Amino acid sequence: MESRDWIRDGIRAVAGGVLAIPLAVLNIPLFVLFVVSLVLTPVLGIGLVLLPLVTMLIRARADLARRLGAGFGVPVARPYRPLPERAPIGGLRRYKWVMTDPATWRDLGWLLPGAVAGLVLGVLSLAVPLYGIEGILLLPLWIWLGTGYYGYGMIWPIETLGEGFLSLPQGALILAVGIAAAPYLRWADAQFNRFFLGPTRNAELRLRVSQLTVTRADTVDAQAAELRRIERDLHDGAQARLVSLGMTIGLAEEMIATDPDTARKLLSEARETSSTALVELRHLVRGIHPPVLAERGLEGAVRALAMALPIPTVVTAAVPGRLDTPVESAAYFAVAEVLANATRHSFAHSVQVELWHTGDGLVMRVSDDGLGGADPTGGTGLWGIERRLAAFDGTMALSSPPGGPTVVTMELPCVLSSPRISPSSGTD
Amino acid sequence: MRVVIAEDLALLRDGLTRLLEAYDFKVVAAVDNGPSLLPALVEHRPDVAVVDVRLPPTFTDEGLQAAIAARTAVPGLPVLVLSQHVEPLYARELLSDRNGGVGYLLKDRVSHVAQFVDGVRRVAGGGTVMDPEVVSQLLARNQPPLAALTARERDVIGLMAEGRSNAAIAGKLFIGEKAVSKHINSIFTKLGLPPSDDDNRRVLAVLAYLNG
Repeated sequence: MESRDWIRDGIRAVAGGVLAIPLAVLNIPLFVLFVVSLVLTPVLGIGLVLLPLVTMLIRARADLARRLGAGFGVPVARPYRPLPERAPIGGLRRYKWVMTDPATWRDLGWLLPGAVAGLVLGVLSLAVPLYGIEGILLLPLWIWLGTGYYGYGMIWPIETLGEGFLSLPQGALILAVGIAAAPYLRWADAQFNRFFLGPTRNAELRLRVSQLTVTRADTVDAQAAELRRIERDLHDGAQARLVSLGMTIGLAEEMIATDPDTARKLLSEARETSSTALVELRHLVRGIHPPVLAERGLEGAVRALAMALPIPTVVTAAVPGRLDTPVESAAYFAVAEVLANATRHSFAHSVQVELWHTGDGLVMRVSDDGLGGADPTGGTGLWGIERRLAAFDGTMALSSPPGGPTVVTMELPCVLSSPRISPSSGTD
Repeated sequence: MRVVIAEDLALLRDGLTRLLEAYDFKVVAAVDNGPSLLPALVEHRPDVAVVDVRLPPTFTDEGLQAAIAARTAVPGLPVLVLSQHVEPLYARELLSDRNGGVGYLLKDRVSHVAQFVDGVRRVAGGGTVMDPEVVSQLLARNQPPLAALTARERDVIGLMAEGRSNAAIAGKLFIGEKAVSKHINSIFTKLGLPPSDDDNRRVLAVLAYLNG
């Protein structure tokens, strides 16, 4: 089982090395094209058009190198600045965008060294296994020739039949080494590329800032909308009912001497109004921050939620301690939304919720045995969850093939505070 | 009847004291925080305790924890828990020692004074009183073993969970008391509750309902 794994990885890496050879060669014309268009810029402004086009090609080539690198365990982020609005090819703005981005020049600096590294490592990862295969396959040839014209591995030339036979184990060993080493060669190539193609510390910070700007704007928007909804609910609900309550009681007060029967009726009406106001407030509070979440933390709140679902739901949790309140709340509402989706759309017979903490983050997984085919782009529910989690650098992954099962995995980076010690004591 | 009250808001604490004393209860202690509740319950051993879930110092669920702890120290100590919101999860925890004498009600129910006092008395008498809100949250589900019950039997077990007597259930469902006890026996059979004293079986049935 395991030996098959390294052979598969090795063959994949050898194939990657073979692919790297023509790609490395491709770097050379790209470099020439860039230099030519740079030189042509003053001539009739041809470079104004040509340079952005060539840069597009170079970036596509660099993106391919980044993707291949990610395939061999070295993910490389794209460092480019975002394209400004209204910047068609041929325009000065587009030209300036290309020329002022340091990543353009780093790409250019990569093209030739990257070609050399790609070529050398690619040829190496192909040549070693090929030589090993030669040692295995050509054994009959040595036996037939039997003379001192050829050699293999450590023995050069091969003079006897016994020496000819020795090429077989040598070939097998060289093939094994070649295949085992191929993934490391790919990894080395990807590391080399990352040195040029990855974002600099500066560019990394810039990427982070633009990402934070987006999530902050989303969070602020969501919060403002939430506050407006709460204000409206209070204004139309509890507040209005308290006004009517005061009026009813005032009326009853005036009537109590003259018409006690009506006064009693009014008072009982007032009591009804007060309980309706309480029901509304309770719903509102549940939507803002469920009391059970404040009292029991994420695990208890999710268990309470699971008890109220129409589908049998099993909760397994390993979260020793409490999360920060905002994170806890985001996590709870994310799970609640996923469970609501499962209840509405999945037709599942059972749902599983798993919560655990990995040391640097909380993982929440909700799986059901329903119909599957959930579409992350359809509906606002899943998008809302992503946005809620993004405010804390959290992520969501959905797997829902037609026919099921549907698995939603959410991750939130966060730390745990130490378990809360109940001051009422003696209970656990 | 001797009562211990635990409620942190002075207004509500005084209101509850006044209300219960008007109905001939004797309030032997009224505490306003979690840590002093357990000693008060164990010391006074009241006929019934009326306890708010959320109390100082942490304002989480120390009222509930103290009530459960007190029932461990004094098995069957009747406790009526009041809260601004109800969770079937908490109801299950309260009942899990399988002794009766447990109530769990929304605070709003206090405004129906006669009904509330009746509930306190039933808890003191060893009955189980669940808030209709708990019951309706559970009715939304249709899970084993309750899935085996007929619609009428589910109505009956719901009212049983609210702590109603057979006569009251009969009145509410417009059927005879005989029919009610037939339904109840059928429920006991379907939930696999062996014959034992009727009160305890009612608690176990409600517990099955909460666990469902």
